[in-house]
Amino acid sequence: MADTHRAVSKLQEKFAASILEVKEDRGDWIVTVAKESLIAVLSFLKAECRYTMLTDVTAVDYLGKKDERFMMVYQMTSVAHKDRIRIKVPVSESDCRIESATQVFGSANWLEREVFDLFGITFDNHPDLRRILMTPDWVGHPLRKDYPLQGPGREPYKGRLS
Amino acid sequence: MAKTEIMTVNMGPQHPSTHGVLRLVIELDGENIVKIDPDIGYLHRGVEKLSEHRTYHQTLPLTDRLDYLAPMSNNLGYILTVEKLLGIEVPERAETIRVIMAEMTRLESHLVWLACHALDIGAMTVFLYAFREREVVMETYELISGARMTSNFFRAGGLSQDVPPEFEKKVRDFAASIPGYLDMYEGLLTDNPIWRKRTIGNGVISAEDATDIGITGPALRGSGVDFDLRRDIPYAGYEKYTFIVPTGTNCDTFDRYKVRLVEMHESCKIINQALDRLKPGPVLADAPQVCYPPKESVYNSIEGLIHHFKIASEGYPVPAGEAYVGVEAPKGELGYYIVSDGSSKPYRMRIRPPSFINLQAIEKMSKGAMIADLVAVIGTLDIVLGEIDR
Repeated sequence: MADTHRAVSKLQEKFAASILEVKEDRGDWIVTVAKESLIAVLSFLKAECRYTMLTDVTAVDYLGKKDERFMMVYQMTSVAHKDRIRIKVPVSESDCRIESATQVFGSANWLEREVFDLFGITFDNHPDLRRILMTPDWVGHPLRKDYPLQGPGREPYKGRLS
Repeated sequence: MAKTEIMTVNMGPQHPSTHGVLRLVIELDGENIVKIDPDIGYLHRGVEKLSEHRTYHQTLPLTDRLDYLAPMSNNLGYILTVEKLLGIEVPERAETIRVIMAEMTRLESHLVWLACHALDIGAMTVFLYAFREREVVMETYELISGARMTSNFFRAGGLSQDVPPEFEKKVRDFAASIPGYLDMYEGLLTDNPIWRKRTIGNGVISAEDATDIGITGPALRGSGVDFDLRRDIPYAGYEKYTFIVPTGTNCDTFDRYKVRLVEMHESCKIINQALDRLKPGPVLADAPQVCYPPKESVYNSIEGLIHHFKIASEGYPVPAGEAYVGVEAPKGELGYYIVSDGSSKPYRMRIRPPSFINLQAIEKMSKGAMIADLVAVIGTLDIVLGEIDR
């Protein structure tokens, strides 16, 4: 476990104004940035810090727990330096859209489609934003916390143990 | 001038070479592929949503149903993430058995890949041979966990139980037999003119494109990118083992075939090294707040019964925070990202399935090729729809 992460100090220098939080959790480095600077941060990490692979894009729904409901999560891996960094971006429910990362990483294409499908976050300038796991005519976004486990219009699941 | 037009063909979801329920909407110009639109989601069971309503212990059986050709690798990734959140150490014996089973699983998955890939291209003999060898891995699964596929064998803190005495000999005999079988498969395929014609120059993807699309595992190494999580970002004690990470140069289906064959040889080496390290000892950490008590204590004392009942009904609370662990599953990087709010159920569990991301490359790899070559591309990507759709 290093004291500082090689890319975090560079990010703090370059994007001082848009970094909301820097945190180390169980050896993972997490940098939360403002929505507007996401593409600049991803491009910088790709070009200057050799994070050439966007391993994963996902979202977390903090309904009622945080001011801004959604948190976008980007896992990045450097093949050359053999390390990882996690970029997080808060997205509010009222302005539920974010710039697509497909312009920087091809892997973001399907991953963002999945987030759109299951969380209902819209990606601006995405080349092909359609549902991917659910059927095209599906209503609602299943991974949202206010979406019932057994689907809409049914008795809520009480659990076998309660 | 003859009139020509683009034809749209539906391949799947019920098609033998799509390895499950994958539907491809293909636009064809004659026999050449103009555009492919994969349609997935037929097997979507909502594993990520379900896990938010189950305890960490109850979520484990969901994971071996993701990539059902490599159940233990899925269990391993999940358990390692939970252990990272809990911050508990695993006894050495448990860790070593995990490595052995992860490598057995890799052999199993690669044998199924080789069998189906060869069958798709038209070599049926290999299919029958490889499934015969796979049966030994299934028997080993049954020996230690009682189930042939849905193993559910690992636990946060170690293993559900110790392995029986005959385990060691069975695994050692298997690891000793595999190199000979691999030579036999090579004899059937590597210099076979039909196999070479079907695979050399097929499904080419450059190292830059492969990294950009996020391909991982043997498909990435076939394109010459020297990256293996077991060696580069080690987990589960893999730093103690020596093995070669093979890479390809021509970025085609044939190179990916060679890479997987070398990987199988290396898996046998890792299994042998792990068996040499295997010493008697506990297989579950001394962490009573997380681990089930031994069965003798459950049946013979009221304290043990209460302890068992408490973990089974309430689960164990996991400290708040988030963790990501990526493991080198047979098909690529299988990642688990778990956000805990301090309760006994995951607040959010994200599974990063390797096949889902690798499948994105299908259009790049088969554009302009003949439709018959598409079957070879699907085979070489080694996808499993269980983990694509989750």
